[in-house]
Amino acid sequence: MSSRENILAAVLKNQPPASPLPDIGFLKGNAVDVVAQYSGVFASIGGNVFLVKDLAAVDALIRENFDATKRIITTLPELGNSFELLSATADPHTFDDVEVAVIEAQLAVAENGAVWLPEQRMGQRIVPYICQHLVVVVAAETIVPTLHEAYGQIGLGQYGFGAFIGGPSKTADIEQALVMGAHGPITMTVLILDQVG
Amino acid sequence: MTVGLFIPCYVNQFYPQAAIATLQLLRKVGVEVVYPSKQTCCGQPMANSGFEHLTQECNDLFLENFSRFDYIVAPSASCVLHVKQHLHSATDPAEADRIRSNVYELVEFLTDVLKVENLRARFPHKVGIHQSCHGLRGLYLAQMSELNTLPFSKPVHLLNMVEGLELVTLDRPDECCGFGGTFCVAEEAVSVKMGKDRVTDHTKNGAEYITSVDLSCLMHLEGILHRNKSAIKAVHIAEILNSTL
Amino acid sequence: MEKGMKDHAALAEAFINDEERVDWHDGALWWIRQKRDIASKQIPEWEDLRETASRIKNNVLSNLHDYLLQFEANATLNGIKVHWAADAEEHNAIVYSILKDKDIKQMVKSKSMLTEECHLNEYLIERGVDVINSDLGEYIQQLDNEPPSHIVLPCIHKRKEEIGEIFHEHLGTEKGVSDPTTLTRFARRHLRDVFITRRAALTGVNFAVAETGEYVVCTNEGNADMGAHLSEVQIASMGIEKIIPQKAHLGVFLRLLARSATGQPITIYSSHFKKPREGQEMHLILVDLGRSRQLGRVDFRDSLKCIKCGACMNTCPVYRKSGGLSYHNTIAGPIGAILAPNLDMKKHADLPFASTLCGSCSNVCPVKINIHDQLYQWRQVIVREGYAANTKVLGMKAMAWTLSSPTSYSTLGKAGRWVLNNIPFAVNNKFNPWYKQRDMPDGPKESFDVWYAKNNGHDSEKD
Repeated sequence: MSSRENILAAVLKNQPPASPLPDIGFLKGNAVDVVAQYSGVFASIGGNVFLVKDLAAVDALIRENFDATKRIITTLPELGNSFELLSATADPHTFDDVEVAVIEAQLAVAENGAVWLPEQRMGQRIVPYICQHLVVVVAAETIVPTLHEAYGQIGLGQYGFGAFIGGPSKTADIEQALVMGAHGPITMTVLILDQVG
Repeated sequence: MTVGLFIPCYVNQFYPQAAIATLQLLRKVGVEVVYPSKQTCCGQPMANSGFEHLTQECNDLFLENFSRFDYIVAPSASCVLHVKQHLHSATDPAEADRIRSNVYELVEFLTDVLKVENLRARFPHKVGIHQSCHGLRGLYLAQMSELNTLPFSKPVHLLNMVEGLELVTLDRPDECCGFGGTFCVAEEAVSVKMGKDRVTDHTKNGAEYITSVDLSCLMHLEGILHRNKSAIKAVHIAEILNSTL
Repeated sequence: MEKGMKDHAALAEAFINDEERVDWHDGALWWIRQKRDIASKQIPEWEDLRETASRIKNNVLSNLHDYLLQFEANATLNGIKVHWAADAEEHNAIVYSILKDKDIKQMVKSKSMLTEECHLNEYLIERGVDVINSDLGEYIQQLDNEPPSHIVLPCIHKRKEEIGEIFHEHLGTEKGVSDPTTLTRFARRHLRDVFITRRAALTGVNFAVAETGEYVVCTNEGNADMGAHLSEVQIASMGIEKIIPQKAHLGVFLRLLARSATGQPITIYSSHFKKPREGQEMHLILVDLGRSRQLGRVDFRDSLKCIKCGACMNTCPVYRKSGGLSYHNTIAGPIGAILAPNLDMKKHADLPFASTLCGSCSNVCPVKINIHDQLYQWRQVIVREGYAANTKVLGMKAMAWTLSSPTSYSTLGKAGRWVLNNIPFAVNNKFNPWYKQRDMPDGPKESFDVWYAKNNGHDSEKD
């Protein structure tokens, strides 16, 4: 017999009697003020957060906060005039010199500060990891209270890769001293797009 | 109501004053107490070392000693927990069941069964509580810091009735002292380091006395205090609750 | 224990000799435990969440056969090549053959306790494949030729000066530099070159979803992703117990994992790998390595519910005072002590005894594994199977005999305080470890037995 068959046979023989799946429907957050909660949590994990009215303001904020002489890429067509629109077919290694990547999340989670990025929103999988600084635009109305609502919206998901990203890359492996930018972005900025507010 | 007084072996030999205080305290609050004289040990040192299969005779003897009582009370959370979890009988399983649910540690007996609301006791000292793990996480005598639920503490409830007593706040209110039965000799270095660190927490927060529902923890902490010539004393909670005005 | 090998007590004693290090180690891990407490207390339904996670995992164990098949089918549909490995040797051989096929001689690896258990690095290095651990802590441990001492914080036992020295020796940083930010920046530059040049990347797996055939990898550094998204061959190694039934269950586990591990609301990166990138190969190896056997051990199968958060280590006072390497096993601490005897009972016979059974571990565990009860149960099994030291067996038998007989107890008691001479902690001779750093109470003038016989009827107005 192959290992596959051996393992499956041993598991079948040894697994305990049926134990039903619990209902998880009762798990939900309460949506008091998700924008405020999100902003507070995201700042507490070392991220920067700004409220912006429109994409023109995004453009200005990025120029103000980052070195525009370096390579800035984006997946947002509206910012295509200002920054390089990233190629979905380029060799991922060619993004090694990206200073800032500006992408848009599908949703964000107030309770933990994370944004959800399926690969279509990343442009390429490597982009939010390889850049020195990550900027993510989040529409205010897409912020949900907890991961339960987030997975409710993501569903089974039409993506090959997707990630929750909740802050700049960090490590505390040396004596528990927190250092931002272990391998990935040294900073992460979330721009909450609130066209109503 | 007749209570059978269960005095663990090492308490009998080393800490008779705690056993006496337990007896007197129970009588003071109006309980009839009988001490069956043929007691040895509940079997915990063997069971926790992996020798539970050698404890049957200890179990049989425990049944013989305590079958006739409404309640069985001991000044030791650890021994009570052992009986609650592991007392079995081949000949009288029903009685073993009954004993398992009627054996109480002294503090929980006072708060849960007798519902004591005042004590005529005075102990004008700064006291640190050492939470015995078996009392805390085994018998739920207080809320442990690990869980996200409402706080309560049966020992504190009783100590608050003692005139003049001031409880000190510890940095780590429910950390294990490192006694752990045979662990204290099998893992001597870790055991002592844990004990030293507990002692330091009490010392730096100003305790004059360390008290607990378990004398095994106290014996270990006292052994360290004594070796280091500390002025801090270890005292079983029964002795504080039984102290006179 | 094998002859000549030091057991937990001896290794712990060596660690404790450096008291300043122990105090630092203890304090750092306690601080993380406190952060975990704060994080968990911000979720009002925390205890319900733990209960739910525990019950999902119970369901997984009871249905593992079908979930494995479902996962395999969905992952295959997604374009992932699924492999099965019964043991470490087979797992390592699969990894090697995947690399050999592509003529790859260098691989970057993110954190995976399973590959540590399999000793994959040694296996590949022997065959001429260069492997670099990319998690900073694991990278440091690899440079220092030591296994990780903690599943989440691999080099928590090292001081920054020691790490500075390791960097100086292996990477040529300036001598005496020990600032964490400086060292981390240096490693970042060095490892970025590694990521850019490696054609193959291996990651561990935190959760694999049967319903969708995708798997989730959680890191704070982003190292798993840096490796995976730049590689042409991506390999994931997972123990078969990492399956969860549905995508929605990730919401439960991801809310618990990082809060339990470090007190963070979520790990910085929770990456969901479902399909290979265009032009990339994605392999996943399902590894048994004793899991199916543990599944059949009724008292111990719940250990397979573990999501590897490390909370039991952070809270365990024995772990904090003795250091992870004293457990001489890939997984240290309380959870390691209930997993290890399944793999090799003789070698790990000491581990279930490296605990005071204080119970803190079971109560921080996000999936409610009854860890301390299992430690107690393993002790019974180890003694029954004959792995307890002979001296211990004889002592216990004598104690059981004496304690079970009131006559012998009382006769000996009168003659010479039997308990004083026989209870393990009280044996009164200079060879008893109790007396190394502790005193015994001064013998009272009479035992309670004697006092009661004399005084009963006189000490109470009631009688």
